[in-house]
Amino acid sequence: MSQAFSIWSYANPTRFMATTERAVPVLGGLAGGLLALGLIWGFFFTPDDYRQGATVKIIYLHVPSAMMAINAWAMMLVASLIWLIRRHHVSALAAKAAAPVGITMTLIALVTGALWGQPMWGTFWAWDPRLTSFLILFLFYLGYIALWQAIEDPDTAADLTSVLCLVGSVFAVLSRYAVNFWNQGLHQGASLSLDKAENVSDVFYYPLLVCIAAFVLLFVALVLARTRTEIRARRLAVLEARERME
Amino acid sequence: MIRLILRDVTLAVRAGGGFGLGLAFYLIVVVLTPFAIGPESGQLSRIAPGILWLGALLACLLSLDRIFALDREDGTLELLATAPVPMEGIALAKAVAHWLTTGLPLTLSAPILAVLLNLPAPGHVWLAASLAIGTPALSLIGTFGAALTVGLRRGGLLLSLLVLPLYVPTLIFGAEVARRGAEGMDLSAPLILLAAVSAGSVALLPFAASAALRVNLR
Repeated sequence: MSQAFSIWSYANPTRFMATTERAVPVLGGLAGGLLALGLIWGFFFTPDDYRQGATVKIIYLHVPSAMMAINAWAMMLVASLIWLIRRHHVSALAAKAAAPVGITMTLIALVTGALWGQPMWGTFWAWDPRLTSFLILFLFYLGYIALWQAIEDPDTAADLTSVLCLVGSVFAVLSRYAVNFWNQGLHQGASLSLDKAENVSDVFYYPLLVCIAAFVLLFVALVLARTRTEIRARRLAVLEARERME
Repeated sequence: MIRLILRDVTLAVRAGGGFGLGLAFYLIVVVLTPFAIGPESGQLSRIAPGILWLGALLACLLSLDRIFALDREDGTLELLATAPVPMEGIALAKAVAHWLTTGLPLTLSAPILAVLLNLPAPGHVWLAASLAIGTPALSLIGTFGAALTVGLRRGGLLLSLLVLPLYVPTLIFGAEVARRGAEGMDLSAPLILLAAVSAGSVALLPFAASAALRVNLR
């Protein structure tokens, strides 16, 4: 077959299943390896920060999970758009599969942030813009997941959650800026940016990059694995329905 | 569309429409606040703008699941869908009717209830203004949420879970206008942003709501 490679070919569930069957263990293993490397490097082979002491090492979990919490929503947005425009079921199921992973990442970011905030700011929680917008993001995930679970018909559920994801994205961004407007924060600016001046120092930078790469791979592996489960569940439902018909 | 608005308003105002419920709820929230916070007038006047906004938002939430549920039950919604009015128009008309029966009375009653919470005098006008500008957004967001959950048997709780996060920007800007108004500060920035949220909701959310309605009526 001289078919040109195209991402749309994975809209075919059989093709998707065949490819991901091999991809998931590789990605998962790679994620695990990088996570071990990054965390061990970060925890044991970087110096303590001169002001923050050992607590600075929470950064290796906090920053990657926070990044993935936002990226997971962005991925759900893209998948929802693909479902609405091209009606590929795999895409809808991938969005469904990403939501619990995303909410977990949000929760990790919130909890590690609280644990970090206690020794540094003297409080577990402050109504700082960044913290608040993550809490709002958490609520958006909750609503999205609840809507998926409330609707029985899978296509209706996919349609409605996609529309919610689109509208929710607009309002999530809006909330981000509204919250910024509402209160000035304790949280520092971006830890990573192209503008080197406000970056974290190099000693922490490289293990952090490794951890971020690990979290990205972990997210992809988890979403693919969960999408596979969803596809299987859908096939099972069809088989059961067929059996009842006979 | 105008007929649909009139019909919905009439249905809501007549017996069993739940027209007064939102207002009564608003009154009770305001009355209960001093019991929870304490009667010192200085403290009350400081939190008054926030409580009045939050109460209005919750009162608005109460009547949301009635927007489409009754019409869905007796088949009116299917008839409306086949009527020569676009679905977007129906969603907008429903939102307007909801605003006329909820947002408008809440806006008008807020300055009166503000007296109970000892809101400083210049704040009354700005509280009413912020509610007048902000409540259309609440009605439209709520209509979208109601359209999403219209097919569900017990959608009420889910509806609040979906709608409340969407209310965040409106609440922030609205309460900020009311607070700055009460303290006599410059409030043009939050006022403009609040108006922007409302105008954006009017422009875009009828499309989202009608998309959800079409899916639910399939």
